[in-house]
Amino acid sequence: IPPSRPGAGQDVGRSCILVSIGGKNVMLDCGMHMGFNDDRRFPDFSYITRNGRLTDFLDCVIISHFHLDHCGALPYFSEMVGYDGPIYMTHPTQAICPILLEDYRKIAVDKKGEANFFTSQMIKDCMKKVVAVHLHQTVQVDDELEIKAYYAGHVLGAAMFQIKVGSESVVYTGDYNMTPDRHLGAAWIDKCRPNLLITESTYATTIRDSKRCRERDFLKKVHEAVERGGKVLIPVFALGRAQELCILLETFWERMNLKAPIYFSTGLTEKANHYYKLFITWTNQKIRKTFVQRNMFEFKHIKAFDRAFADNPGPMVVFATPGMLHAGQSLQIFRKWAGNEKNMVIMPGYCVQGTVGHKILSGQRKLEMEGRQVLEVKMQVEYMSFSAHADAKGIMQLVGQAEPENVLLVHGEAKKMEFLKQKIEQEFRVNCYMPANGETVTLPTSPSIPVGISLGLLKREMAQGLLPDAKKPRLLHGTLIMKDSNFRLVSSEQALKELGLAEHQLRFTCRVHLHDPRKEQETALRVYSHLKSVLKDHCVQHLPDGSVTVESILIQAAAHSEDPGTKVLLVSWTYQDEELGSYLTSLLKKGLPQAAS
Amino acid sequence: MKLYCLSGHPTLPCNVLKFKSTTIMLDCGLDMTSTLNFLPLPLVQSPRLSNLPGWSLKDGNAFLDKELKECSGHVFVDSVPEFCLPETELIDLSTVDVILISNYHCMMALPYITEHTGFTGTVYATEPTVQIGRLLMEELVNFIERVPKAQSASLWKNKDIQRLLPSPLKDAVEVSTWRRCYTMQEVNSALSKIQLVGYSQKIELFGAVQVTPLSSGYALGSSNWIIQSHYEKVSYVSGSSLLTTHPQPMDQASLKNSDVLVLTGLTQIPTANPDGMVGEFCSNLALTVRNGGNVLVPCYPSGVIYDLLECLYQYIDSAGLSNIPFYFISPVANSSLEFSQIFAEWLCHNKQTKVYLPEPPFPHAELIQTNKLKHYPSLHGDFSSDFRQPCVVFTGHPSLRFGDVVHFMELWGKSSLNTVIFTEPDFSYLEALAPYQPLAMKCIYCPIDTRLNFIQVSKLLKEVQPLHVVCPEQYTQPPPAQSHRMDLMIDCQPPAMSYRRAEVLALPFKRRYEKIEIMPELADSLVPMEIKPGISLATVSAVLHTKDNKHVLQPPPRPIQPAGGKKRKRASDDIPDCKVLKPLLSGSIPVEQFVQALEKHGFSDIKVEDTAKGHIVLLQEAETLIQIEEDSTHIICDNDEMLRVRLRDLVLKFLQKF
Repeated sequence: IPPSRPGAGQDVGRSCILVSIGGKNVMLDCGMHMGFNDDRRFPDFSYITRNGRLTDFLDCVIISHFHLDHCGALPYFSEMVGYDGPIYMTHPTQAICPILLEDYRKIAVDKKGEANFFTSQMIKDCMKKVVAVHLHQTVQVDDELEIKAYYAGHVLGAAMFQIKVGSESVVYTGDYNMTPDRHLGAAWIDKCRPNLLITESTYATTIRDSKRCRERDFLKKVHEAVERGGKVLIPVFALGRAQELCILLETFWERMNLKAPIYFSTGLTEKANHYYKLFITWTNQKIRKTFVQRNMFEFKHIKAFDRAFADNPGPMVVFATPGMLHAGQSLQIFRKWAGNEKNMVIMPGYCVQGTVGHKILSGQRKLEMEGRQVLEVKMQVEYMSFSAHADAKGIMQLVGQAEPENVLLVHGEAKKMEFLKQKIEQEFRVNCYMPANGETVTLPTSPSIPVGISLGLLKREMAQGLLPDAKKPRLLHGTLIMKDSNFRLVSSEQALKELGLAEHQLRFTCRVHLHDPRKEQETALRVYSHLKSVLKDHCVQHLPDGSVTVESILIQAAAHSEDPGTKVLLVSWTYQDEELGSYLTSLLKKGLPQAAS
Repeated sequence: MKLYCLSGHPTLPCNVLKFKSTTIMLDCGLDMTSTLNFLPLPLVQSPRLSNLPGWSLKDGNAFLDKELKECSGHVFVDSVPEFCLPETELIDLSTVDVILISNYHCMMALPYITEHTGFTGTVYATEPTVQIGRLLMEELVNFIERVPKAQSASLWKNKDIQRLLPSPLKDAVEVSTWRRCYTMQEVNSALSKIQLVGYSQKIELFGAVQVTPLSSGYALGSSNWIIQSHYEKVSYVSGSSLLTTHPQPMDQASLKNSDVLVLTGLTQIPTANPDGMVGEFCSNLALTVRNGGNVLVPCYPSGVIYDLLECLYQYIDSAGLSNIPFYFISPVANSSLEFSQIFAEWLCHNKQTKVYLPEPPFPHAELIQTNKLKHYPSLHGDFSSDFRQPCVVFTGHPSLRFGDVVHFMELWGKSSLNTVIFTEPDFSYLEALAPYQPLAMKCIYCPIDTRLNFIQVSKLLKEVQPLHVVCPEQYTQPPPAQSHRMDLMIDCQPPAMSYRRAEVLALPFKRRYEKIEIMPELADSLVPMEIKPGISLATVSAVLHTKDNKHVLQPPPRPIQPAGGKKRKRASDDIPDCKVLKPLLSGSIPVEQFVQALEKHGFSDIKVEDTAKGHIVLLQEAETLIQIEEDSTHIICDNDEMLRVRLRDLVLKFLQKF
């Protein structure tokens, strides 16, 4: 299985991984990099195939969740580069993905005036190629390739995917979260023992402090800022963290009886809450249980934001998109409020290099904006890791759950990945890889070959296998019939019969001369008792007609035609009993022990 | 492979399939038609019901008059209603490994099975099935428990007494096993044993069998099941629909190539067209309301009611009914309406697209928002203050024996302005109405059963081509009331095998193959020979390992070479293990070429004699005789191992090994 990867290297940005497994090619995610505004934004699809159409090369595309760094390049890929095959994603992803894409398109094209970007129609056409999957549903992409989605937490509708061809399989996690939060459950996978587990490693080294502490910290900071009359800006992505933080603030406001208004930046977010209401089966146990009485996504204290509110006096809390302060409303509000030290901005998630969010988090206080303007940041800047990625502990936990043969780390930073790689190799004794962008990792697999065994043969063997002699492994003998791609293992007798062939019996009869003056019958009897004493494990019989059998080998005594003092033993066996037959002749050749009498 | 049939009700099945080493229960239906033999449980004390005369035998003996009451010529048991359980004696139910549930109507007996038979296995069902099934059970328990009835009649169940009773009590089956309703505690415990599954999910049972639910198109989350091993496939079709209603369409393609197809849950009203019935429902409803009457719709809290509300949503404005209040009264009304909106993934395509907008998939959200539809947990409380007439009331239970519907029947039954419209097909409406006779209110029967009819079944069977069909006996003959309608039965070749309650069927197929895996190292060592064009053979000698019902062939261990000389040799060491089998041989030996080969290998003085069946080759010098026939070769020689082995190898060159 060689997964090669045009996208996600050791830099969180765009995810795009190509996996070739058992002759099938699957593209995992189709993300874009938010830090770039040029060609580097999209993955380089020429890695996949230099000549020939993508549709012919790829068997399917799988999107793990709706974040743009996982699906942002999809319309570009399918409509502009050209791909007509199936694209798989979960229902919530299918519902939300086009909205985020359209939103992003608007910012890029309408606000920034970028050319060579996908259009609204392209998004629509692209979504027509999408096939929605249920959790745990086994989707048969074609006769050999099947995929299965597992719950991943992270955001609404996020899924991990198992890709399977014959007995080879790969699990791709996308982004996931191993601890349940206020609105989503924890990722879960069964012990599917894939050949390869491809896992994100955004928080490869962080073992985050307990969720409760972080929540308390967050509430304390917001509360303090509001108390001193400051305005709090929380740049978020419309879906995901935003809902968790809203639930958090909503309950806090209720409990503390606070009056300062909370706003949610317009459009997308109200809609987003609605998606959460309709896809409530994807949220965590508690919300699902209580939704009939009280839908957690109907907020009392949180109202829609209007641009004019930003200049209102007095404290307020505003959730605004997008989350990395790279464009749009959050950036506008940030510009307005940045100059006042009473105000605060809380970055609740990871920021990609090159974004304003990343700059202020790394301590930059003078920002160069468009048109050479310099913005001085006086407001308080806080970072709270709320983004729902698995931390090192979570990643280890997932590796333990799935029990893969190999692990491949993606979507993380090189140094941190190196650390995690060592840890995984130590603890689970599996190979761990961390390829760079465009690098190809090839894993040899040795799949076993499934064939059909005739029940008669199997039952016969199993019955004998139950004998107590477990130390001597029993050998199963049969004939493998290969007809087209149909492989069947049957007993040799059945194979002959099926092919209409007659068995050819090969029989040997050896004459063994024995010095014995007695009568033939007595000789036979002596032979019998001799063999009986030597061959204790075998079935030795003396038949009424005077002959002796050992298993299926027949021994007859006859008089010698010339020498009455010699008897001739005729030992007769078939080819199948050759070993025993030849042993018997050599044994008898040594002569019989002198009878005691 | 055997099928144990525990239920006689064709749409509320309960079968147990023994397949390979597993015991699988297919559905767990509860026959509630037994409750029709009981008096209704009124929510409010009803003088009419409590003053019904006791029933006495023809000879005037009235010893049963406390238990049995008479109403308009019918006799009813005055007791807590009881249900007819699936057969529990036919098979030890503690040996059942898993229970597969196909839809929420077919799981109502679950608490009886999981809580009282020693069952320790797992139940598999989809999420909507479990959630709505829970609502149905909750409603049932609530209906029965909120009207505590002191009396529990049992005298009439005595076999000798039952014989004396009038029909249908006389003919009721297994009355001694009828049970009262379970408790909420038992429901919760039963539901906790359920594991949620998604459509097309492959679930491994003990590595021996794989089960998969498929969309059946009948209700939210309803499924058919595939039970298969690598070489055998059983399809279990229960409650399926090809009509376009709210659920995801039926998955027919996956049912193909079945060895056996068990077919249950067909429509109970094969002669009625659901679309026509919906039309009739709407027009009767409008007619009554326009005349100032009230409409009562006895129904389950989930299922067809969603479709009815959707029809009414489109219909009420055009019919001028916008001011008429619609009431939905059930302890689970709110939950049912809410739950219906969150199962987008289980809905038909149209509804799914709505959710993507995002809008609620069912228009009853809008009916509720605009106050046209109101829902109440019961007729006590808020309802009594909001209640306006004329109105339309949806409420349960469709048997008319318990639930709020009993009150409305008593309240509205006396006026001919009012109408009761039966839409649920599970109960005969005449029998349901019997304890309310004489009635003045109008009764309209518009049964809406979207399950497969016989035309659709024959189309389906043509499409999926199962080798054998198994179905309840009711489907192999026309319905008793329409015995001339030969089209109202299953027609297939070979004829369907039928079952009845408490019967055990041996399913007609033999397992021949099992999957086994050949380890790559072993596969590499195999030497295939092409015997006929396209057919190759390879002899395999390998070690069989079996674990968790999975079989693996590993390469045979290398013989351990005895450490040279040190070990004392015993006679028994030399005895060969006769279990090392030699391959079978096939082919025949061409005498001339054989003789040439012998000469080439230094044998001289060869004589060939013809015999009746073949030839005898004599090697005079070596005093050896070789009989060659079509299917056998016999080498007779002196005890000269070297010579024998040389001859053997020469012979083997002409033969093929297996």
